Amino acid sequence: MESEELDTNWLILFGAWLLTSVAALGSLFFSEVMDFAPCSLCWYQRIFMYPLVLVLGVGLMPVDGKPFDGKVVRYGLPLAVGGWLMALYHTLLYEGFIPESAAPCSQGVSCSEDYIELLGFLSIPMLSLLAFTAIVMSLLLLRKRINS
Amino acid sequence: MKKKTVLLVSVIAMLGIFAAAAWWFQSRQSERIGTIATEHSSTLVPDHAMRVGPKGARVVLVEFFDPACETCASFHRPVKELIAAHPDKVLHVLRYAPFHHGSEVPVKILEAARRQNKYWETLELLFFSQRRWTSHHKVKSELIWPLLPDIGLDVERIRTDMRDPALDALIKQDLADAATLGIRKTPGFLVNGKPLPSFGLKQLKDLIESEIEANY
Repeated sequence: MESEELDTNWLILFGAWLLTSVAALGSLFFSEVMDFAPCSLCWYQRIFMYPLVLVLGVGLMPVDGKPFDGKVVRYGLPLAVGGWLMALYHTLLYEGFIPESAAPCSQGVSCSEDYIELLGFLSIPMLSLLAFTAIVMSLLLLRKRINS
Repeated sequence: MKKKTVLLVSVIAMLGIFAAAAWWFQSRQSERIGTIATEHSSTLVPDHAMRVGPKGARVVLVEFFDPACETCASFHRPVKELIAAHPDKVLHVLRYAPFHHGSEVPVKILEAARRQNKYWETLELLFFSQRRWTSHHKVKSELIWPLLPDIGLDVERIRTDMRDPALDALIKQDLADAATLGIRKTPGFLVNGKPLPSFGLKQLKDLIESEIEANY
């Protein structure tokens, strides 16, 4: 089978990689360009998001005559799920469903400090949750398609 | 080959967009601060702010600092020399951004010392002895007090003057103005209302010199 075409599976992975890259660069834009100090929970999400750029990026390269490395889901999914859990916790905290006193970030920047609300409701933790959700779904979809 | 091209193009495009957005944001930011500086000059230089230098100077350097900030201390001497290199041309306005935990105390000591006409001496004392009264970015104000008589300060008067609620208002105002002017780190410099393109002594020197060139 010729693998030079952009097949659907590759495109799904490419989409997920694009999303991680945009999220990584976006978070760097907030902290380095706009000078928003990242709170501790933001750092934990970064710890999961940044390696995904490289893991999914390497996975997109052709290997052993296949258009991309299907094993990428094995390595990418734990990172994506870990980040998703952190983002969920952060969003709940930010929206006030969990009291700040129960949070591990009493010093430095408060994790419920609001910096920006896009379109009037999209906060940074919510953007993170959306990105991780989409990445997890893409990877799950990819796994299903590869297995069947 | 096609996939690798797609990947490569995406990487380049994303980095390019990032750089362009950063450039756009920064130029918009300095434009905004410039507008504030001209239309609301008291945000930049309020009446209460400490000024050093000639009144008629056409170049105004506003510095937001924190007495407990290490970089502020290390910038103190070079900035002083930078200003001294252009006598009668630069007005140095000192404002506070006490971001460190407990920094309000040395700020209040400074303002109280100002009432004894010992502002500059106290500022240098605080900066040069900074390592003795800070640890792990926390202020240990009890360690400052024994140092004060050395420069001839009336310590009892400092203690009384520090309780003046006007000092709380002053700090609050400086912090609010710092936020308005986009100062989130110390030392924060604005030369005639213009922020540094990027942080550094060289950038500060270049900006001051270009402002002198443009105004004299």
